[in-house]
Amino acid sequence: MLYDALIGPFTEFEFMRRALAAVIALSLAGAPIGVFLMLRRMSLVGDAMAHAILPGAAVGFLLSGLNLFAMTAGGLIAGFAVAILAGVVARSTGLKEDASLATFYLASLALGVTIVSIKGTNIDLLHVLFGNILAMDDQTLLVVAFNATVTLLVLAVIYRPLVIESVDPLFLRTVSRAGGPAHLAFLALVVINLVNGFQALGTLLAVGLMILPAGIARFWSRDLTVMICIAVVAAAVSGYAGLVVSFQTRVPSGPAIILVATVLYIVSVLFGRVGGIVRQLFPGRHLEA
Amino acid sequence: MAAVHFHNVTLGYDRHPAVHHLNGEVAPGALVAVIGPNGAGKSTLLRGIVGILRPLDGSIHLGGLDSRDIAYLPQSAEIDRTFPISVYDFVGTGLWRGTGLFGGIGKAAREKILRAIASVGLNGFENRPIGTLSGGQMQRVLFARVLLQDARLIVLDEPFNAIDTKTTTDLLALVKHWHGEGRTVLAALHDMEMVRNHFSETLVLARGPVAWGPTAEVLTPENLLVAMRMCEAFDDSATACAADNARSRAA
Repeated sequence: MLYDALIGPFTEFEFMRRALAAVIALSLAGAPIGVFLMLRRMSLVGDAMAHAILPGAAVGFLLSGLNLFAMTAGGLIAGFAVAILAGVVARSTGLKEDASLATFYLASLALGVTIVSIKGTNIDLLHVLFGNILAMDDQTLLVVAFNATVTLLVLAVIYRPLVIESVDPLFLRTVSRAGGPAHLAFLALVVINLVNGFQALGTLLAVGLMILPAGIARFWSRDLTVMICIAVVAAAVSGYAGLVVSFQTRVPSGPAIILVATVLYIVSVLFGRVGGIVRQLFPGRHLEA
Repeated sequence: MAAVHFHNVTLGYDRHPAVHHLNGEVAPGALVAVIGPNGAGKSTLLRGIVGILRPLDGSIHLGGLDSRDIAYLPQSAEIDRTFPISVYDFVGTGLWRGTGLFGGIGKAAREKILRAIASVGLNGFENRPIGTLSGGQMQRVLFARVLLQDARLIVLDEPFNAIDTKTTTDLLALVKHWHGEGRTVLAALHDMEMVRNHFSETLVLARGPVAWGPTAEVLTPENLLVAMRMCEAFDDSATACAADNARSRAA
C-alpha cells in the first residue's frame, strides 16, 4: 500500500523516473545557488532574472517551436545579457544592483512581449510559464544534468571569493580582483539554473526550487556548509514528495513541488532551531554563561 | 626608498577635493598617525593609499608594494555580520595572499590562524559565528586578520573607535609590535593623548596638509586650531582649481 503510493509510480512509469532524476539534478545545483542568493540578499533578483529569461525563451519557441535547445539558448542569451548589463552598470556607476537590474529586466520583458505580439502566433505560453517536468525526454534530462554539473564545477571554482565577497566585499577588493568576475560568474549560474528550472517548473516557478530550500535551511543552521546541505536535501525531498502528490492527485507537478517546499518552509519558520517562532516563544530558561 | 610617496595628490569625490595637494613621503617602517577634524580627508587619504579611490590629480607611489602587500582596516567595514561564517574562517581569509583562489589551508596555516586568534585574545571563539560578537570582539577579529595578512604596509582607519580601554590597550600593543617588526603603519586617529604617547610621526590633515613631522613638533595647539578652522562643506559653485599649491584655499 505504502509502496504503491511512494515507490510504485517510479518503478512503474519511466516518465516519473525521469522527472525524479531531473528534480534531483535541479536540487543539487539550484539549492546552493539559492543559498547564496538569499545570503547576498538577492532573493528577488532571482525572480527578476526569471522574468528576464522569459522573452528569450519565447523567441526561441517562436523561431523553432518546442525545441529545447532553441528555448534554452534564447533564455540564456536574454538572461546573460540582462545579468551582465545590470552587473556592469551597477559596478561602473553608483547605481545599486537591484535598481539597474529592474531596468534591464523590464526592458527585456517588454522587448520579448513586443516580439511575440508582432509575430502574432498563438503559442502555448503555458508550457513556458509553468513547465512540465513529466514531459521530460532523454535529451532534456541530459541538458538539465549537464547544466547542473557545470553549475557545481563553477561554484567550486568561485566559492572562496564568492563567500568573502558576501561577507566583506571591501576586503576582497583590497586583496584581489577576483570579486567582480566571481560576482558575474555567480549571476551567470543563476541564469543557467533558472533556464534549467523552467524545463521542469516553468519560468515563474523555477526560482522556487532555489529560494525556498534556502529559506528552509536558514532556520536549521548557522553554518554555511550545513546550510547548503540542508537546502539540497530539502529541495530533493520537496521534488520527490511533489511528484508523488502530483501523481496521486493530478495537481500539476510544478506547483505541487513548490507547494510541498512551502509546507516545509512553514514548518521551518514555526519549529526551526535557528530563530524559529516556537523556539523564540519558548526559549527555555536562560543559561549560566 | 619611501614606503609611500605622495606626489601632489588630490583625492576626492565628484571632482570636489577631500584631500588637496598633498606632498611628502612615509619612510619604510614608520609609525604615522593621521589626525584632523571630521571631514578632514583622513579616510579618503587612506582609501587612496590602498587603491580603492583613484586620485583626481597627482599620484601615490607605493615603493614597489603591490596590493597584496597592504593590509587595510576600514573604519566602517561593509561587513555583513549576518553571513554565517565562523571567526576561524573569517580570520583565515587573511591568508588570501598565500592561498588565493584555490590554495589549500594546511596544518601550518591552521596553526597560524589559531595563533592569530589567540594573539588578539579570542581563544575559544574560533567556532562562533561573527554575528554573535560584540563590537570590540569584532575589532579584535579584524586585527587578527590584518595579522595574518602579513603585510608590509598596514593602514588602519580609526581602529579604536568605540572600543573600551582594555581592548584598545591590547590592540595598540599589536600595532606597536607591527612597528617593531619593521612594518609601515599608518593610522587615522582621534585620541591626541594616544598619538602623543605612542606615535612617533604625525600628519595633521585638514583637506590640505597642515603639518607633518615628528609628533612632538607637529602636535601643537596652533596647528590643531588651524585644522579645526577648516571649512567642511564643498562649494558647489567652486571653479576648477588652478593653483598648484593652494593650501590656503582649503582652510
